[in-house]
Amino acid sequence: MTSRHATWSVEAGQQVLDSLPSDERLILPALQAIQHEFGYVPREAVAIVASFVNVSVADTHGVLTFYHELRTTPPAPVTVSLCMAEACQAVGVRSVAEDVAKAIAPLGQRSSDGSVDVVEVFCLGNCALGPTALVNERLIGKVSAESLVRAVASAREGVNA
Amino acid sequence: MTRVYVPRDSAARSIGADEVAVAILTEAALRGVDVELVRNGSRGMLWAEPLVEVVTDAGRIGYAGITSDKVAELFDAGFLTGGEHASSLGVVDDIAWLKDQQRVTFARMGITDPVNLDDYQAHGGLRGLRRALELGSEATVEEVLASGLRGRGGAGFPAGIKWRTVMQAQADQKYIACNADEGDSGTFADRMLMEGDPFTLIEGMTIAGVTTGATIGYVYSRSEYPDANNTMREALAVAYEHGLLGADVLGSGKAFDLRLRVGAGAYICGEETAMLDSLEGLRGMVRAKPPIPALEGLFGKPTLVNNVMTLGTVPAILADGAAAYQAFGTERSRGTQVFQIAGNVDRGGIVETGFGVTLAELVETYGGGTWSGLPVRAVQVGGPLGAYFPADKLDVSLDYESMIAAGGMVGHGGIVIFDETVDMSLQARFAMEFCSKESCGKCTPCRIGSIRGVETIDKIREGVDRANNLVLLNDLCELMTDGSLCAMGGLTPMPVQSALRHFPEDFQR
Repeated sequence: MTSRHATWSVEAGQQVLDSLPSDERLILPALQAIQHEFGYVPREAVAIVASFVNVSVADTHGVLTFYHELRTTPPAPVTVSLCMAEACQAVGVRSVAEDVAKAIAPLGQRSSDGSVDVVEVFCLGNCALGPTALVNERLIGKVSAESLVRAVASAREGVNA
Repeated sequence: MTRVYVPRDSAARSIGADEVAVAILTEAALRGVDVELVRNGSRGMLWAEPLVEVVTDAGRIGYAGITSDKVAELFDAGFLTGGEHASSLGVVDDIAWLKDQQRVTFARMGITDPVNLDDYQAHGGLRGLRRALELGSEATVEEVLASGLRGRGGAGFPAGIKWRTVMQAQADQKYIACNADEGDSGTFADRMLMEGDPFTLIEGMTIAGVTTGATIGYVYSRSEYPDANNTMREALAVAYEHGLLGADVLGSGKAFDLRLRVGAGAYICGEETAMLDSLEGLRGMVRAKPPIPALEGLFGKPTLVNNVMTLGTVPAILADGAAAYQAFGTERSRGTQVFQIAGNVDRGGIVETGFGVTLAELVETYGGGTWSGLPVRAVQVGGPLGAYFPADKLDVSLDYESMIAAGGMVGHGGIVIFDETVDMSLQARFAMEFCSKESCGKCTPCRIGSIRGVETIDKIREGVDRANNLVLLNDLCELMTDGSLCAMGGLTPMPVQSALRHFPEDFQR
């Protein structure tokens, strides 16, 4: 399976950090840069970020676990982020989520074939055209389980291309 | 050569605008006609997206709800010269839905190419900054004060007072921090401005910088807004290239650097002090006030924290004067508010108009009722921390004071409509659940109270000792309101108690 992310190594991680502009040599931007490159923040990276920013491993771990989006395990090739906030609730996202649970995976879980993560998010700013989801970085409005299955398929083609 | 507009706004793209743009170019090539395609921002008529506009002698003619498979039909109908088609809306500027609005902050929205600085200036851009540079700091702050502009993020604090505090603060470094962490469900105005008219935000922040003496600014945006972030980056590069940003802003000798930072999925970072911690690269923990950020903010330095809509309104105030802006609105709520009509709505989108419009006008006149066609039952105003209003109480005036009197708040101007299928005890439960998931954890009423809130509402829903648990829930709500450090825990009771007050039957099923 081809990935949309690079493979982690200590050297590659250090390179990512070294290329950060001076005002982004802070814990959160450093962790985000690592995740952007490798898809997640490997355990090994925590101490490297801590030493790079010159803070404790505990502080770095604290930031890593605070933000919902930072992750410590590799993501599936495709991530479906389904908005579960009020404006989407008003147009039936709760039942869409039930359908998605059957068609792809329940919220917070990975599909049985390992290809898709389904995550819950709160508000994608498309509140007049909901229910809404992001499939990787593509925003899709008026979604149903069927339209998401199609979007996942086309995202997988993109990843594997 | 005919000019055709297809929005690049992510809402339009979420229902196929990119495919429509490609189809138009392909079809034009096939038919051998010259078309200049411009990707504009959205007009805010999200019910009409993807909205294709064609420049004709009569004006810009709009075609609503276009999908790629309708494009050939449009060519057949002669849309390039404004030909009739079932989807035609006529001249877009004449559409009542748009024409009856009072657009100030969103004046250029959907009209220009968002990342074209010439287009921006041709439509009034940079007049505000030039005037601010001429006026100097004191007079610029006076202008902002006189306009009556209040914080559009939700708190409604007078912007001019904040500006004056930062201007007068003595420090070796000051900052401008733009709060673009628009996490409230039902709000998308910040996103649309960043995607559709980013130079307005850049200009507003630059005015704030040169006025208060802050030489570095940050836009704190959300990772959930990838398109907005890309457009901001593009616009920032253009602004630097043209000397709007950098060491010598428009040749004034004043420096202002502006950078984009993106969060990582934490609603609490929309709270100003949590945002500052996050900008420092830390956990987004709420700080106790005082000290106020205007004196001790980012990295302990004086920092002007304003929302995208507040800063995005400043260029218009400076360009046309405080009096022009003052003319809109009601007594103590001056100017316009960019309302966002969302949820179960037939005609959702942006309605910018003076404060004092009623909720009913937005829901019925603009929104056209529900998308499902069922009767409206509840309307939540002001995001996840805002109150739910029942269908028979929509005659409330939307201004800061009236909303507080009615037990609600304007917040960031989000209006979320629910039809009669909504279960209000479930919505109350969600408010507590959301708080428990998004609390920074610093204070107990918010961190623990929200979890107890979910448990108590579950018991009420299941019919366990209902009368006592309702008393307990109200007691808990009062404690959270009074005892929380910030608005997260302090306002979570607002949707809960409004649901209890207006929809008691949903807690007795």
